[in-house]
Amino acid sequence: MAAPTTTAAPHQPAPARPAGARKIGRRAAGGIGPLGLGVATLWLSLIVLLPLAAVIVKSFDNGIGGFIDAIDAPAARAALLVTLSVSAVVALVNVVMGTLIAWVLVRDDFPGKSIVNALIDLPFALPTIVASIVLLSLYGPESPIGVHLNATRPALVIALLFVTLPFVVRSVQPVLIELDKEVEEAAASLGASNGLILRKIILPTLAPAILSGAGLAFTRAIGEYGSVVLIGGGIPRETEVASQYIQKQIEIDRFVNGAAVSVALLAIAFSVLFVLRIIGSRTARREEAAR
Amino acid sequence: MPAFDWFTNRRRIAAGAATALALGTVLAACGGASDDTSGSADSESSAGAVKLSLVGYAVPKPGFDKIIPAFQKTAAGKGITFTQSYGASGDQSRKVEAGLDTDIVNFSVEPDITRLVKAGIVADDWNADEHKGLPFGSVVTIVTRAGNPKGIKDWDDLLKPGVEVVTPNPFSSGSAKWNLLAPYAVKSDGGKDPAAGIAYIKKLVGEHVKSQPKSGREATETFLQGTGDALLTYENEALFIERDGEKVEHVTPPGTFKIENPVAVTKTTKHAGAANAFKDFLYSDEGQTLWAQAGFRPVNEAILAKFAKDFPAPQKLWTIADLGGWADVDAKLFDADNGSIAKVYDEATS
Amino acid sequence: MIVSRLSRISLRTVALAYLGILVAVPIGLILARTFGDGFAAFWDQITTPAAISALSLSLLIVAIVVPVNVVFGVVTALALVRGRFRGRGIVQAIVDLPFAVSPIVVGVSLILLWGSSGWFGFLEDSGIKVIFALPGMVLATIFVTLPFVVREVEPVLHEIGEEQEQAAATLGASRWQTFWRITLPAIRWGLTYGVVLTIARSLGEFGAVIMVSSGIAGESQTLTLLVHSRYIDDHNTFGAYAASTLLMVLAIVALLLMTVLDRRRETE
Repeated sequence: MAAPTTTAAPHQPAPARPAGARKIGRRAAGGIGPLGLGVATLWLSLIVLLPLAAVIVKSFDNGIGGFIDAIDAPAARAALLVTLSVSAVVALVNVVMGTLIAWVLVRDDFPGKSIVNALIDLPFALPTIVASIVLLSLYGPESPIGVHLNATRPALVIALLFVTLPFVVRSVQPVLIELDKEVEEAAASLGASNGLILRKIILPTLAPAILSGAGLAFTRAIGEYGSVVLIGGGIPRETEVASQYIQKQIEIDRFVNGAAVSVALLAIAFSVLFVLRIIGSRTARREEAAR
Repeated sequence: MPAFDWFTNRRRIAAGAATALALGTVLAACGGASDDTSGSADSESSAGAVKLSLVGYAVPKPGFDKIIPAFQKTAAGKGITFTQSYGASGDQSRKVEAGLDTDIVNFSVEPDITRLVKAGIVADDWNADEHKGLPFGSVVTIVTRAGNPKGIKDWDDLLKPGVEVVTPNPFSSGSAKWNLLAPYAVKSDGGKDPAAGIAYIKKLVGEHVKSQPKSGREATETFLQGTGDALLTYENEALFIERDGEKVEHVTPPGTFKIENPVAVTKTTKHAGAANAFKDFLYSDEGQTLWAQAGFRPVNEAILAKFAKDFPAPQKLWTIADLGGWADVDAKLFDADNGSIAKVYDEATS
Repeated sequence: MIVSRLSRISLRTVALAYLGILVAVPIGLILARTFGDGFAAFWDQITTPAAISALSLSLLIVAIVVPVNVVFGVVTALALVRGRFRGRGIVQAIVDLPFAVSPIVVGVSLILLWGSSGWFGFLEDSGIKVIFALPGMVLATIFVTLPFVVREVEPVLHEIGEEQEQAAATLGASRWQTFWRITLPAIRWGLTYGVVLTIARSLGEFGAVIMVSSGIAGESQTLTLLVHSRYIDDHNTFGAYAASTLLMVLAIVALLLMTVLDRRRETE
């Protein structure tokens, strides 16, 4: 399932072609030409780059000092702290549970497995506000099991675990499927214990995929709004996440503050994805070299 | 495997896209405004009918749910449909200022209309009539859990240790401003001792208020979901949730504040006649009775007397006039940069 | 690795328990609450004028966003794979950007760009309303769905290579003919998959749309906004559950399509 694919290694490049084929003009090969390239650039700029540029520029409206003040305001700092800590917890839980679930889906077999497999993608297809309502019905004031977690940090964790469920699982599954069992069996026949095989063979192979999935989960979690807005309670310094803080600032016309915290969120997300990309290309290069 | 050739059939793709688009547009055109399952009167909007847009603060929907159908039955209201939008008073006012088109505005506090007067959207004589643009109002009340387990009866009880109070954020909500003005007026004896008033607010906001709901309605939701021991809100909102079966009760302190909610017709309306007719209906006997039935205190004294059971007269009812009028109060207490209450809020919560 | 039967069963139990508690139970509860009073009550809630309006607005946005994304997405994918230019990595990163941006930040960025005090604020004076009108909601939805078509078409373009297209060129086909007859059929499954993802995401967008929509019931509420407004503004919890169930059904349909298409892609 390719839906929330990693930003790691791209698909395998096309097989080598005879040199002569290249000589035929690329322009006539159903390619794209400068016009198409220009259209794509204009499109991306208008839709993605310009709006983000507007945010970045606005955040520095009061200079760098103003930017730092906005991020350093106690409520802003608290919101960012809550967001980052909760997202980190969520990423860690996903690392463990996501890998475990991927393992069970790949190596185990039981009736109904294909349904469970499809279920994994449900949080990805479900609107976030629906996730919030769904979790609220079970853990909120009308909970049938008497669990009242709304407006607490555990509620944030549960909501974020729900929406980030697919990332690590879908990241690890394909790698696990491709894992060459022969190496494991050879090691086992040489007397290696399960724990050793796990530590030295399986986990190192899975590590980049796990990391990539966790990074995507983390990035998704820090920006999440819809799924936490109802169940989180938005209590400043306790359960208010960065996106809620930003929304409040914009609604009371404090654009610079909202823009500044937005830029902070963007910077964190980009750094995480950038690191992932580097790891991903290094892994791809290693795979190429090993071939 | 059979060839999947709809991609190569241009006509079919174009037809498909056109159908989807047409379907979407047709459906959108015959959508109405009401979210009532009982099928209220404004479920069809035919071309040429007058459609009035109402932008309101967070809590008056129960009132308008009664008023609008009644208005549509009158001669002046025949064939008129409505779209309604409700939200935090300050946020709604800012949205209209930023370009949201509307015919009628009904906010919680006067400054949210003044903002539109300054922006040229509402005429500056909106409150020149005998009722000063205020067709209904309420009083500030305290809502507690059923049985009032913490024994909260007055403002001082809110400062008891361990009592958590829910009140919205005054930067976005009109309800919040009323909620804070009530104890301020009581403690400062009508503004004569501002320091005492601010001292109370500081203690209340600093130690007993944790959540920051955006609007009066969101505050109610937060309270109903289990947060807090006491909710400060409009009496009409308290009546609304009690009548809805929620396990709560309300107690109005002996000294409280008179809430007056303004209504105005915009200058930018394309249906001045219909909009003004609707506004006038709010003041009519029938309109005033409907407001009273919905839990809002009417301005018509005779009708208010008829509903005295729902609307007990508090011992001391402070008004905005006692404090010097909204222009003064808003500048001195709620101005985002200089207001004393605003500063207390900022320090305690940002 | 030889995993003992006991370990295997316990791992399975843990995994299933986790999924059950996190996903299955809450969803089952909503379904139970929605249909507990019978189908008629559910149907009433999703056929109110405001609900029909919300559904049609959501569908209208999808009807605009999908063709736009298909056209520009395919062009962008072609540019990335077939084009020869420097900075391809940067363009690739820009395509991936929407995944990293919080929906609220998307809303903020659009307000700062198209709002009355934004960079393109002059448009409002000439009567073109973007924020608090349909264009704003469409732009927000395009932003968040931009990567899907591109990312699903790109790898396919990589894999099929340029041989067939070059052969067609030598046989005298024009660029358009080559694209229509050779490229497009080759990418059809990836494209369809991307379209399904786009539709699912468009229907589910909430955070970005709530910032740029005027949120007027019966006019500018999408289905997701309707769920939120019913819960918060109307205090209509059952109505919120009903609308959520409707969205869930749409999501499950999308999920099924994704599964079917995925299998089709693999066997192609």
